[in-house]
Amino acid sequence: MKYVISKNVDSFFTDVSDVFGFVVRFFKEVFKPPFEFNEMIKQCYNVGVRSVALITVTGFITGLVFTKQSRPSLAEFGATSWLPSLVGIAVIKSLAPLVTALICAGKVGSGIGAELGSMKVTEQIDAMDVSGVNAFKFLVVTRIVATSLCIPLLMMYAAFVSLMGSYIDIHSHENITLLTFFQNAFQKITFLDFASTLFRSVIYGFTISLVGCFKGYNTTQGTEGVGKAANMAVVVSMFLIFIEEMAIIQMVNWIR
Amino acid sequence: MQKEKGHIDYNTPVIIIKDLYKSFGDNDVLKGIDLTVYKGENVVVLGRSGTGKSVLIKMISGLLKPDSGTVNVLGYDVPSLNEKKLRELRMKLGFSFQNSALYDSMTVRENLEFPLVKNSHHLAKKDLNNSIEKVLDAVGLLQSINQMPSELSGGQRKRIGIARTLIMQPQIMLYDEPTAGLDPITSTEINNLIVAVQEKFHTSSIIITHDLTCAKATGDRVAMMLDGQFVKVGSFDSIFDTKDERINSFYEYNFIQ
Repeated sequence: MKYVISKNVDSFFTDVSDVFGFVVRFFKEVFKPPFEFNEMIKQCYNVGVRSVALITVTGFITGLVFTKQSRPSLAEFGATSWLPSLVGIAVIKSLAPLVTALICAGKVGSGIGAELGSMKVTEQIDAMDVSGVNAFKFLVVTRIVATSLCIPLLMMYAAFVSLMGSYIDIHSHENITLLTFFQNAFQKITFLDFASTLFRSVIYGFTISLVGCFKGYNTTQGTEGVGKAANMAVVVSMFLIFIEEMAIIQMVNWIR
Repeated sequence: MQKEKGHIDYNTPVIIIKDLYKSFGDNDVLKGIDLTVYKGENVVVLGRSGTGKSVLIKMISGLLKPDSGTVNVLGYDVPSLNEKKLRELRMKLGFSFQNSALYDSMTVRENLEFPLVKNSHHLAKKDLNNSIEKVLDAVGLLQSINQMPSELSGGQRKRIGIARTLIMQPQIMLYDEPTAGLDPITSTEINNLIVAVQEKFHTSSIIITHDLTCAKATGDRVAMMLDGQFVKVGSFDSIFDTKDERINSFYEYNFIQ
C-alpha cells in the first residue's frame, strides 16, 4: 500500500479526521429526536451515583492533606488564619475539578472504553445497527451527555467534601465554626472563578466520555483490543485534561 | 437429508449483486461477485474461513460499503442509501451473527424486546409479550425467557439470536456461520430451525458456512467461494461433481473433519 507521507503520519491524520467525524456526528445526533432519555438516566446513574463513594474518599483526603501540608508554611508567618481562604481558592479553582476529572477518567473513561469495546468485538453494536436501532445515538450520545452533565455535579460535591476535610483539620487546631470557615473559604472566589470551574468540568466530562466512546466504538483485534481501548481511554483523556486545564486557565486569566 | 425446494418464486429476485469488489488495504477480499437470490430461496455461500463470505453479507446489510459493484436488496441500492433509508431496509432484514451477538446486559426477554420497542414506539404491552412468546416458541426456548445470555449454551444463544431477528418479521435472513462451534446434534437442530424459519415465515436467506452438512440441509442453491470469487453456483450435488482440485480438497477436508 502506498502512503501519502509515511505510515505513521498518514495514520495520525486519519485518526484526527476520524475523531473530527465522530465529534461532528455527535453534535448532529444529539439534537435530533428520538431522544434516549431512559438510557441517559441509566448512564447518569452509572457515571454519577456509582462514583460518589470514590469521590467522597478522594475529595475528603485531598482537602485534609492539602490543609495539613499548607499549615507549617503559613504558621511560620503566623498566618494560619488564612488557611480557609487558601484552601477555598485551591479546592474550588483547581483541586476539585482536576481530582474529579482524573478519578472519573480512570473509573468512567476506562469503563466506557471497555464496555463499548467489548460490544464492538462481539458484534453487539453491529447487531443493534442491523436491527434498525441507531447504535451511535443509543450508546455514544447518551454516555457523552450523561458524563458531561454528571462530572460538574460530582465536582461540586468533591469541592464540598474537600472543604469538609479541610475544616476538620482546621477545627482540630483552631476554634472556628463551620459557617465562619465557609465564609472565609469563599471570600476570594469570584463568579468568574466559579463559572470557569463549572465550564472546565463540563469540558472534562465531554472529553472523558468522548475519548472512551471513540476508543471503544472503534475497537479492533478482539479481546486484546478491548484492553487497549480501556487503557488508551484513560491515558488520552488524562493527557487532554491537563492540556485543557492549561488552555482554559490562560483563557480565564485573559478575560480577567 | 437434502431439502426439498418449496415455494421459491423465480420471477421475484430479492437480492441482486453484480460485479462486487472489496479490499482492505492490500488484501483483495471480494473480486467480482455476482449473485441473485429469489423470493423464498435459501442460498448457501460455502467456502473456507477468510475468503470474504462474512464481508459479503455485511455489505448486503449495509455494515460495509463495497469498493465497486452494485448491491440491490428488495429494490434498495444499498451502498447509496442514506441513514433513514438504510434503517428502513434493515427492518426488513434479519442478521444472525456468528457469535449470536446477544446483548450481555439484558435478559432474553429484553434482548427480544429491544429492536421491537425501538422500532415500534406505540406497541401495546400485550402485543409485545405475544410477539416475544411467539418467536421464542418458534425456536423452542420459551422457558428461557428470563435467563441472561451468559446462562445459555452456544446452541441456545444461536436460537435466541435467530428469534431476535424473527421478531421484526424480516423478509430476508442472513446467517453468518450458524453452526460454527456447535456439536453435531445442536448443529442439526439449528439446520432444522433454518429450514423451519424459511417455511413458516416465508423468508429468503443467505447462509454463510463452511459446514457441508449445514449447506446440504439448508440450501436450495450453493455458491462455492474460493479466493473472493464464486467458482461454482448450483445444487449441492452439482457443486461437488467436478474435477476442480480446490473444490474436491474442500469436500474431502470437511468429510475427514
